[in-house]
Amino acid sequence: MLHRRAPLSFPATVGWLLVCLIALALAATIASAQTPAPAQKVQASPMPAVGMGFEEARHLLSRTSFGARPEDIETFARLSRVDAVDRLLAETRTRAQYPAPPWAAIYERPFRPGMTPEQRKEANRRELVERGLELRTWWVAEMLSTPTPLTEKMTLFWHNHFVSSQQKVRTAQLMYAQNALLRQYALGNFGALLRAVSKDPAMLIYLDGAQNRKGAPNENFAREVMELFTLGEGHYTEADIKEVARAFTGWSIDPDRGEFRFRRALHDDGEKVIFGQRGRFNGDDVITLLLRQPATAEFVVGKLWREFISAQPDPAGVRQLAAVWRSSNYEIKPLLRAMLLSDAFWSPTNRASLVKSPVELVIGSLRQFGFSVEDPAPFAIALRQLGQDLFAPPNVKGWPGGESWLNTSTLLARKGFLNRLFRADEMQSAMSAGNSAPTGNADTTAQPATTVIDRAMLGDGRARRQAQLALRGGTGKLPPFGVSNQLRGQYFFSADQWFAQLPRDMDDARIASALFAGPPLQVSPPLPHTLAGLRSAALDPMYELK
Amino acid sequence: MSRNRRDFLNACAGTLALGAGACLAPGVWAQTPGRAASSNYRRLLILVELKGANDGLNTFIPYADEAYHALRPTIGIKRDQVLQLSERFGLHPSLEPLMPLWSQGELAAVTGVGYPNPNLSHFRSIEIWDTASNSSDYLADGWLARAFAAVAPPRSFVADGIAVGGGDLGPLANGRRALSIQSTDAFLRQARLADANDANGRAKNEALQHILRLESEVQSAALNLDPKVTLASAFPNHAFGQQAKTAMQVIAASPGVAAVRISLGSFDTHQGQAGTQQALLRQLGEGIDAIKRACVELGRWGDTAIVTYCEFGRRARENQSAGTDHGTANTHFVIGGAVKGGLYGEHPSLTDLTGDGNLRFATDYRSIYHTILSQWWGFSAAQSAAVLGGRYATLPLFG
Repeated sequence: MLHRRAPLSFPATVGWLLVCLIALALAATIASAQTPAPAQKVQASPMPAVGMGFEEARHLLSRTSFGARPEDIETFARLSRVDAVDRLLAETRTRAQYPAPPWAAIYERPFRPGMTPEQRKEANRRELVERGLELRTWWVAEMLSTPTPLTEKMTLFWHNHFVSSQQKVRTAQLMYAQNALLRQYALGNFGALLRAVSKDPAMLIYLDGAQNRKGAPNENFAREVMELFTLGEGHYTEADIKEVARAFTGWSIDPDRGEFRFRRALHDDGEKVIFGQRGRFNGDDVITLLLRQPATAEFVVGKLWREFISAQPDPAGVRQLAAVWRSSNYEIKPLLRAMLLSDAFWSPTNRASLVKSPVELVIGSLRQFGFSVEDPAPFAIALRQLGQDLFAPPNVKGWPGGESWLNTSTLLARKGFLNRLFRADEMQSAMSAGNSAPTGNADTTAQPATTVIDRAMLGDGRARRQAQLALRGGTGKLPPFGVSNQLRGQYFFSADQWFAQLPRDMDDARIASALFAGPPLQVSPPLPHTLAGLRSAALDPMYELK
Repeated sequence: MSRNRRDFLNACAGTLALGAGACLAPGVWAQTPGRAASSNYRRLLILVELKGANDGLNTFIPYADEAYHALRPTIGIKRDQVLQLSERFGLHPSLEPLMPLWSQGELAAVTGVGYPNPNLSHFRSIEIWDTASNSSDYLADGWLARAFAAVAPPRSFVADGIAVGGGDLGPLANGRRALSIQSTDAFLRQARLADANDANGRAKNEALQHILRLESEVQSAALNLDPKVTLASAFPNHAFGQQAKTAMQVIAASPGVAAVRISLGSFDTHQGQAGTQQALLRQLGEGIDAIKRACVELGRWGDTAIVTYCEFGRRARENQSAGTDHGTANTHFVIGGAVKGGLYGEHPSLTDLTGDGNLRFATDYRSIYHTILSQWWGFSAAQSAAVLGGRYATLPLFG
């Protein structure tokens, strides 16, 4: 038996070895990626039998999560594209897992008629400053700890689509409730999400729907639901806006319960003409009409394309995906699956082509390097300084995103943040000031988290008050964050530990490949295995891209 | 960082200090700006965007018109509260700080400003204003960016234009030397981290090129800002006052800049307009007053023009929420030591409204732009027409 088998197994072994050698050679080419042209050719051909490989896994995770950890990339590298995408979509959730601030559970009317100016001012301060900071801190904590970053990415996407800002809504609990709503439907059904958002109390306040009455329509929501939430500009007339506003009259809120309320007496149930169709339409009818317009799917798909694929959507590709979406009755998961498995998503020309949002940069850095964060509040303030103040987009169109994340001001703010995050040179003073320093390792950063805030950029009074709250360690009503250190209000990172815990087979080229979406410009591997090495990597322009 | 790149960086810094752009990313100077001996970029333009669209009828108030009070029974400014400019018009009471400018003949109000086929979307309409386009045209570059491409400000300037506040670049969008600054201190402290270089020319993707261009601009600007210069003038503590402060600090500390954009808002007062507009106009008045005092300190008031703008005016008739919806024609201010104060343009009729209940405009907004280009900066008529895509009437705003 042995004698007979040997001749058969010998060539098989040689063949297997050859396969291994070729695979290793290919992997090395992909990982180093110093010469883009040949590497791209290799990347374009999937190798399902051995998984998609490190580079493709890094690309997929950089677009669908917050800064993937090297070990996560290795795990996904062993999966095929289809298996990886299906796994990401299967893991998503509909609820946040981090405990909400205690006031979030029950609505209490913060502003009542008859309040004295002092009471009103105090209520305003509590809602906007104290609870505003707790709300932002809570979402940052959720993003830092979630097992499914894609869920938070999509929640943030819808926050930037169905925009409401606490600046106008003011009541923190209603902003929290809207966030929960966006998460509930984040990967569910778009039509259901649109219907729910149209009755969401924060939205009814933000776009003045609650003020929209028979005989005196307020056009704000009617205009934006078409321009920004569904059709996009150019697919409706000013006359449509006036008629749609009439259809939504009476959609109001109960100020004592903080809930949607239909006020029949204020509803205009007369005949309307919308998109050339005549009928006694109400708000729900309008949403049905909007979902029937082909422009709606194309508009939203174009926006998702810019989020996940490239800055310049391909019109034919958008139309194709929009058709897929409409045929699945606006279910979001099948659409995302088709997008993430499209040739355009994997095209080498679209890699490293998108600018990281401030959330991706901040949360991504903290997750990727496994920072221990006791109090996330200063990171919520840092996001504001980088131009992405959660729960307060600049206007109803949201953050424009893409290259506009970066101008000379925000680029410098990002570099300042990253520099402070990986700052070792001030560690000594920070450690001597605190009474419980971690290990006395020279390549460790352990600082009050508030050092990530740029004090020079704290302009208005509200920002300053929030920073002061953060300096005190928040308002003390959120459960403590982080478990691996006892440093109150501090964040902690050890470069030595980070390098030591990397998978054994990770060479310098692969570490660089984990940190950068494309070849870095200013750091040249091998990267020094020190805090200073990581800091120089984070300051490389390529670190800004995904 | 490799030796080569460090050397390149140093070489870059050297040449930039001399005002040459030889090391900048390819394409930055590909478009050779025209020379115009007559251009006068010593004169400074400060644009003030009233974000969200300020209600002009309650800012520059036709208080003697009965139709005004009929259209605005709730939110109309009462006759006895109006700061009178003439027998027909007056200012919102919060604009008290502007009254000395008016009496010194340094405040001009241009009324009935708009454009044909107005678009009532915030985003589309401000894009129209920022790019100086027709309602039906879509242009990518800001109108100031086009102006500076046609007639370049001196290379010794810290930048052609600066947007203060860290937001969008607005009329400076896609400009070659456009800077966005939030605070001068933070800018100078952080500038050393911007390490632009791409010796190997690997930056083929647009996003990366964008970053490298920004880093070059930062390096160049940081070399041109003197951190030791400070202003004695005080600025109000509110957000707009602090923007004005940053703008004036940059102007004081730099060898020059042609245009600065600051902004305040949001004026999108669909409901409860009175309190919001009152607070914002107070900030506007106080901020402009502070800018004047700082300009006087620097000896620049005679060559500074402050111009307000926004995407549109608001609906003539108030809505049921004690607010106003999106409208069309509006009034804007031009203020400065060399400005010929007074009333310009033709105020829209409050009884002859459009079918949508909106005001009819009489002065195209590009007339203001043309007047800035030709009368303030010395562009020829042809140069101005090329920038604005057509010829527009000149307003005799500057003495």
